[in-house]
Amino acid sequence: MGFAKIAFGLVHLVPLLPLLGAMINGFLTYSGRKVPKGFTAFVACGSLFLAFLISVGTFLYVSGLPEESRELTVTLFPWIDSGSFKADVAFLIDPLSITLMLVVTGVGSLIHLYSVGYMSHDESFSRYFTYLNLFCFAMLTLIMGANVPMMFIGWEGVGLCSYLLIGFWFTDKEKATAGMKAFVVNRIGDFAFIVGFLLLYWTLQSSGAATVTFTEMRDAAPMLAGKTWNGVPVVMLVTLLFFVGATGKSAQIPLYVWLPDAMAGPTPVSALIHAATMVTAGVYMIGRTSFLYSMAPETRMIVSTIGFATAIFSALIAFAQNDIKKVLAYSTVSQLGFMFGAMGTGAYHAGIFHLVTHAFFKACLFLGSGSVIHAMGGEQDIQKMGGLRKYMPVTYKTFLIATLAIAGIFPLAGFFSKDEILWQTFNHYPWLWVVGVVSAAGTAIYMFRMVTLTFFGECRADEHTKHHLHESPASMTIPLVVLAALSIAGGFLGVPDSLGHLIGWEHSNLLEHWLEPVFVMPREHAMASHSTEYGLMAFSLAVAIVGCYAGYVLFSKRKDIPAALVARFPAIHRAMQNKFYVDEIYQFLFVNNLLRLNNFLAKFDLKVVDGIVNLVGFLTKVSAYISGAFDRIFVDGLVNLVGNAARWGGSALRRVQSGQIQTYLYYAVGGVLLVMLYRLL
Amino acid sequence: MVSLNSYLVVTAILFALGLYNVMTRKNAVGLLMGVELILNAASINFVAFSHFNGNHVGGNVFSLFLIVLAAAEAAVALAIVVSLYKQFGTINADEADSLKG
Amino acid sequence: MFPYLSFMTFFPLVGAVLIALLPKEKTDLVKKVALVATLPPLAAAVKIFMTFDRGSTAMQYVEGPYNWIQAFHIQYYMGIDGLSVSMVLLTALIATISVLASWGIDKQVKGYFSLLLLLVTGMFGVFAALDFFLFYVFWEVMLLPMYFLIGIWGGPRREYAAIKFFLYTLLGSVLMLLVMLAFYFYSDGQTFNLVELAKQGLHQGPFANPHFRILCWLGLFICFAVKVPVVPFHTWLPDAHVEAPTAISVILAAVLLKMGIYGILRINYPILPQETLYFANMLAALGMINIVYGALCAMAQKDFKKLIAYSSVSHMGFCLLGMASFTPEGLNGAVLQMFNHGTITAQLFLLVGVIYDRAHHREIAGFGGLAKSMPQYATWTSFAFFAALGLPGLSGFVSEVLCFMGGFKTFRLYTIVSVSGVVLTAAYMLWTYQRVFLGQVNEKYKGLPEISAREIVTLVPLAIITLLVGIYPKFALDLLNTSMTALSQFVDAKNLAGL
Repeated sequence: MGFAKIAFGLVHLVPLLPLLGAMINGFLTYSGRKVPKGFTAFVACGSLFLAFLISVGTFLYVSGLPEESRELTVTLFPWIDSGSFKADVAFLIDPLSITLMLVVTGVGSLIHLYSVGYMSHDESFSRYFTYLNLFCFAMLTLIMGANVPMMFIGWEGVGLCSYLLIGFWFTDKEKATAGMKAFVVNRIGDFAFIVGFLLLYWTLQSSGAATVTFTEMRDAAPMLAGKTWNGVPVVMLVTLLFFVGATGKSAQIPLYVWLPDAMAGPTPVSALIHAATMVTAGVYMIGRTSFLYSMAPETRMIVSTIGFATAIFSALIAFAQNDIKKVLAYSTVSQLGFMFGAMGTGAYHAGIFHLVTHAFFKACLFLGSGSVIHAMGGEQDIQKMGGLRKYMPVTYKTFLIATLAIAGIFPLAGFFSKDEILWQTFNHYPWLWVVGVVSAAGTAIYMFRMVTLTFFGECRADEHTKHHLHESPASMTIPLVVLAALSIAGGFLGVPDSLGHLIGWEHSNLLEHWLEPVFVMPREHAMASHSTEYGLMAFSLAVAIVGCYAGYVLFSKRKDIPAALVARFPAIHRAMQNKFYVDEIYQFLFVNNLLRLNNFLAKFDLKVVDGIVNLVGFLTKVSAYISGAFDRIFVDGLVNLVGNAARWGGSALRRVQSGQIQTYLYYAVGGVLLVMLYRLL
Repeated sequence: MVSLNSYLVVTAILFALGLYNVMTRKNAVGLLMGVELILNAASINFVAFSHFNGNHVGGNVFSLFLIVLAAAEAAVALAIVVSLYKQFGTINADEADSLKG
Repeated sequence: MFPYLSFMTFFPLVGAVLIALLPKEKTDLVKKVALVATLPPLAAAVKIFMTFDRGSTAMQYVEGPYNWIQAFHIQYYMGIDGLSVSMVLLTALIATISVLASWGIDKQVKGYFSLLLLLVTGMFGVFAALDFFLFYVFWEVMLLPMYFLIGIWGGPRREYAAIKFFLYTLLGSVLMLLVMLAFYFYSDGQTFNLVELAKQGLHQGPFANPHFRILCWLGLFICFAVKVPVVPFHTWLPDAHVEAPTAISVILAAVLLKMGIYGILRINYPILPQETLYFANMLAALGMINIVYGALCAMAQKDFKKLIAYSSVSHMGFCLLGMASFTPEGLNGAVLQMFNHGTITAQLFLLVGVIYDRAHHREIAGFGGLAKSMPQYATWTSFAFFAALGLPGLSGFVSEVLCFMGGFKTFRLYTIVSVSGVVLTAAYMLWTYQRVFLGQVNEKYKGLPEISAREIVTLVPLAIITLLVGIYPKFALDLLNTSMTALSQFVDAKNLAGL
């Protein structure tokens, strides 16, 4: 118990350690000092691994506490404090945050380790680890933050790091643009998030509970019932706005467009940020604010609908992609859709469960794809791969396991988590269940298409590449093996109680029970019977198996069938390949119009607003000219008249001044005579 | 007994001669001599008035003053004439007309 | 007690006079004297920061009131409260930084630095004066050096820009003069004392007529709106910024723009509170327009410096929105935003100056890939950019959130529209960053020298403050909080009395 207790005492270091690592590496990067790569790697991996150890200890400590007291707040110092608005720098330690801490630090450590090998030849090695550590800091702040503003620090922080890492190879303009797109699209979500937060805060404040911490908000949430704004229930508005925020961060319709582009970043980044952790922030956020979502059934339905719509939509796109990372990206979008589908049913634990297992197998898949790309010398097109199974056995095996897991094959992780989602959906929104099953089948097919094209059959690479094909170094394969193992075992965290019951394992859904105190559940919903559950399980398993087999067969032995389909429906295929032209539509509708508006306003500013100013200036000048002319001609004319008169008089009289003294004497004598004459007369 | 009028007639003639001299002579030195004549006319007038008005001493004093004044005036004026000559190379009063407007 | 405020105000003036007496050739000495002249005020500012009583609403470090022109009851009266203290601190810091940033000036060095120091005197004076007349005097004292600094040391269109700036401000000053005289003649005992005027509230003579009061409010508002600048009185700003030398842009953005908001909060709010409430809706709407309009215009700019200038227009909108709300959150946010904008925009202008000194142009499209050739410069710029777009953990976020917090309580719709500024700001900032720093390295600028130590020295204090206020805003908020809360209560109380 000693270790656990000490670890809990250090829990605030969990986000701070990666920050420290980022600061050390960042400073070294900035100063341009040459340090051995080993040191950089040690600082980066070590800080995160230490954080992982503390998280494990914290988990042990908290799980040793009685269920009702598994909610601890660690306050560091006050942050913003103004008027009624008070937010501390504080961390909330409860089962939900611990679960994610473990995932982030655990999977994060593995990916850090993997990156050491993957990035070993990159000249910006230390800059990479600076960003990666900074990301872990931000992500941990996001999940540990005890209040909304703290969460928002992390929320924006991960966006920043995502921006930096997508555009890591910034000399490539396209990659830099992808980073910018990610940040700006995320900001659109943030806009909604901020508005939702403001609305929530002031509604609570007007009810006398001015608070931003999650626990206090949860306690005050019942007061929100019946509160409306413009006739719409506040809770519904807030949850919807939060969800829009989540669609930005977690790449759901309509804001998913940034994620496929985000694959421009280094592959481990895609694994960590764009698969395992950051993109699940939206799911986490809904879990964190479950007290609101449980009060808003309409929103939940929208969340589920959007989730499953995204799931099937992106699955369709994934079919036609040839870039190995793009396939995985769309599959991530699709799986995130499943998670939102679960969150919408109110079975929050199911969403979080899928989040955890998805982190395992999708990280494994991305790292595996990274290993493949590494071996192929940067080639990402699966049409140019094939037969890699012989060259990279470890990668192949782990990749296959993860693929089976994502496809939902029993007893791998994906089976349990996806099945839980489908089961809950079946009970709440049966028609969405259909969509879910179809997407699950789709997942199995396109994933196996990718595996088949990559690892089976003949190698389609050119001779040069073929010559260099090799298995990746240990620092890359070890994380693969560990993640593959987790993809197998992860599912046993959440074996449905009904299944566990069969083999005499009561409360086998460990994760559900562990998370239970965190979530505020919606009203009890009638569930179908156990026998239905078994039936559905079998059905979805069958679908998965058929899907896997179909995916294998269609793209190895019967290539004619997909080819025929493509030939039959070329338009549909082209649309799928071009991602249904969503990017183009957005570009046309929003970006172009925004730019047009900008240019118009700038011109307006220059021509009209400034024009008015200059016009006023011009008119002033004109009137000044007129009054100046008046002044010159009329007023000054009078003055000059006086002056001129004096001058004329003077020039007439100057003749008198002869300068000869005798002349003056004549005048004087003449004057005297005149006076005398005057006196005489 | 010579009457006051006789004196006055003499001095008036003397004054007129001086004035005429001053007004017509071109030579600056001659001009000064005219001034002397005018002063002497005034001087004689002072003495005559004094004599015929209770023999006051005031008129005599004034005439003495006038003599001294005339001497001083002659000294200054001659100095001016000398510098005039230096400046213009002539003592013709007509040519010294720098103040002509 | 030591007269800190007078010391801070007039020490730079002494420096200015001293510089005027120095021989023309000793430019290095001139620069050093200028730097030394700004340091004691900075030290005094640090002292004030440490000893300022955060719990008091009263004026502190008061000097006077001493009679100045007795016949008109004009007094020499200085003092600061929570509103002005942050501005005085900011001014002291910016003064030193702007002298450092002017080190490269080589044209008529003597004149430049004496005018700069004279300007500093005016700035301190405006923030410390508590007598309306004194305030007015300092306000005008600032105007002339600014005119010459832009008009002589500026860019190619400097004369146009300087005249525009001058006339705009002068127009405002005339209105202020008129209102000031109205205040004077119809106050009890005819006073210019701002504290006294606020206490009295004006109700005599024409002030009994609400229309006249509104007219007075508008007169003052237009005067200050020019300085803020509030759209549509903003067009002098881009021109002045683009033409002004770097250090002057820094002063202009960091301190001079703040005087508009400061004036409204110092004069309009306490002396004409009911009219302020009457116009609160308009203030918030103007704030919203500033935010969105400024951001949209910024996005379309091709000149790096002009873009920053428009971003100032956008960022000052947050102040308007926050202060219009009359909530403690909003008012705190507005004043903090003034301070933060001062530090962040100063960095942005310094950074633009760095690249302008090297490349001699500011066309955004003419750059590209600078992050490769100047990585340290890129680091500093990205820091400033992210601070400007309100990244949490940096100072801009705290004040923006507080402005939104306050604004949303009173003006929901305006605030929601304003929040979209967050998206737009991110868009234009990152787009600019991308065009200048990312992408292929432009061959022309491959060999540009890295940011120099002197330039970094000017940035470091600002960056530290940006970070500090972002992480621990309490140390800045505590300065304002008491005064701003009191102000919001004061206006509220007046409002109730008015009803």
